[in-house]
Amino acid sequence: MGLWFYLGQPFAQHALLAGSLVAITSGLIGPFIVTRKMAFAVHGTAELSFTGAAAGLLVVGDPVVGALAGSLVVATAIGLLGVRERERDSAIGVILAFGLGVGVYLLSLYHGFATEATNILFGQIFGVSSRQLLLLLGVAAGVLVATTILYRPLLFASVDADVAEARGVRLRLVGLLFLFVLALTVTEAAQIVGTLLVLSLAITPAAAAQRLSARPAVVTGLSILFALLACDGGLIASLESDTIKASVFVTVFSFAIYALARIAGGALHLGRPTARVP
Amino acid sequence: MTTAPPTIQLRDAALQFGERTLWGDLTLDVAAGEFLAVLGPNGSGKTSLLKVILGLQQLSAGTVEVCGRAARRGSSVVGYIPQQKSFDRDLPLRGRDLVRLGLDGHRWGVGLPSRGATAKVSAVIEAVGASRYADAPIGLLSGGEQQRLRIAQALLGDPRVLLADEPLLSLDLQHQQAVSELIDSRRRKAGTSVVFVSHEVNPILPMVDRVLYLVGGRWAVGTPDEVMTGERLSDLYGTEVDVLRVRGRIIVIGAPDDAHGEHGGHHHHPSAEIDH
Repeated sequence: MGLWFYLGQPFAQHALLAGSLVAITSGLIGPFIVTRKMAFAVHGTAELSFTGAAAGLLVVGDPVVGALAGSLVVATAIGLLGVRERERDSAIGVILAFGLGVGVYLLSLYHGFATEATNILFGQIFGVSSRQLLLLLGVAAGVLVATTILYRPLLFASVDADVAEARGVRLRLVGLLFLFVLALTVTEAAQIVGTLLVLSLAITPAAAAQRLSARPAVVTGLSILFALLACDGGLIASLESDTIKASVFVTVFSFAIYALARIAGGALHLGRPTARVP
Repeated sequence: MTTAPPTIQLRDAALQFGERTLWGDLTLDVAAGEFLAVLGPNGSGKTSLLKVILGLQQLSAGTVEVCGRAARRGSSVVGYIPQQKSFDRDLPLRGRDLVRLGLDGHRWGVGLPSRGATAKVSAVIEAVGASRYADAPIGLLSGGEQQRLRIAQALLGDPRVLLADEPLLSLDLQHQQAVSELIDSRRRKAGTSVVFVSHEVNPILPMVDRVLYLVGGRWAVGTPDEVMTGERLSDLYGTEVDVLRVRGRIIVIGAPDDAHGEHGGHHHHPSAEIDH
């Protein structure tokens, strides 16, 4: 069946809508993740959504609900244990190791989990029910609004913490809110590209955007654009292909954009020998 | 000084961390347009004093008022220039963006571009002479260039009090002079009080009205001529300290390196050594 047939189907439309919202949010928070050096937090919360999903399956029979709820638990744990930046990565490592252990245990309790498990690891947005999709849409919209509200103080705190604090930004509050935004976004993205490939939406577009500009607004705009191209492009390509999962296309597109941005960024810098004025 | 009310009022202020008293019984008025240098060894509570005035650190005793109101965080009458720290080379932020954050970076929301704000930012960048490099990524600028933008950021809100925490650290002599003159001209023009924390008095000696010297729980305040004497500093440090004046410069000999007196020798920032 052709692409146009699929695009007429509600499930595909909902998936594209959810994908777009997730891509916009991922693209929006990506530059902050890069600036705050939180790639490991992304990786950790993404992998732990596997545990959340397994718990969700066992308790309420719904991996999506479990993953979303689990991400809030993980964000709280990281926020409590990793107060100082230097402790953060080790705290995440501790939580990740323990959490994955719990996940494996939960998996052993659940029968007939195998396909659900691979869905969590590699993503399967077309497989989720319309009720789950609505939930994903609602959370994505909420996170998007929260990130928009958080944007300026988060930027200030991320690039210039001392002055931000002096100007009245509550660094701990902003940092904690960002952790929740990050955890929910990552969990949402995991439904599309899978827990193992979340970095392709949360990091790669922002990293590509940073090669092209030093203006925060432009970097954020490009990061969102790249995430949208990779995510929706990947979803559409997988509808066309039938056999290859969307996550494969998303990661390939996202990487291709990054490679192009590096080449273009190199050219930009060649044209402008030094940004430094003597 | 004019008859305007003091911008900063400390009354019997004390700051303790556990058993250790950084300073106590500190009563001090800073006048509008006054340039106060805060000197003293490492760990004597110079930066903590700024945090108190910023409302980020509670006093253990006494009160602190800024422009007639209890110090509170995020006050718009206070501008803050932090120590020079290096930004990542690939940080996606221009000098102009750093300055702009000083205007409304603490507010919630995205902050839509506004012509008024842009003009304000450009004007203050022009005023500190940073227009040439304000559009370059901040991580590629030199320490001196970054500090100029810091000053622009702090001046954006038209503060009545300017707090500077070792703003000359890691700058070369030429930039030390340029940056301190920039701060000095601002306070002369706008009557802004300046509280300037430093290891080293010489780069700012011509502009300092009074010195607050903090050492291991004790303090002295007065004009440089009153405070920077062998007798006064020996008394503060509780050990023999000599103060020499050579060609308008002050050289302190024998002052322990930090507040606990663990190291001997005088304390000067390495970059300042060449002018001794």
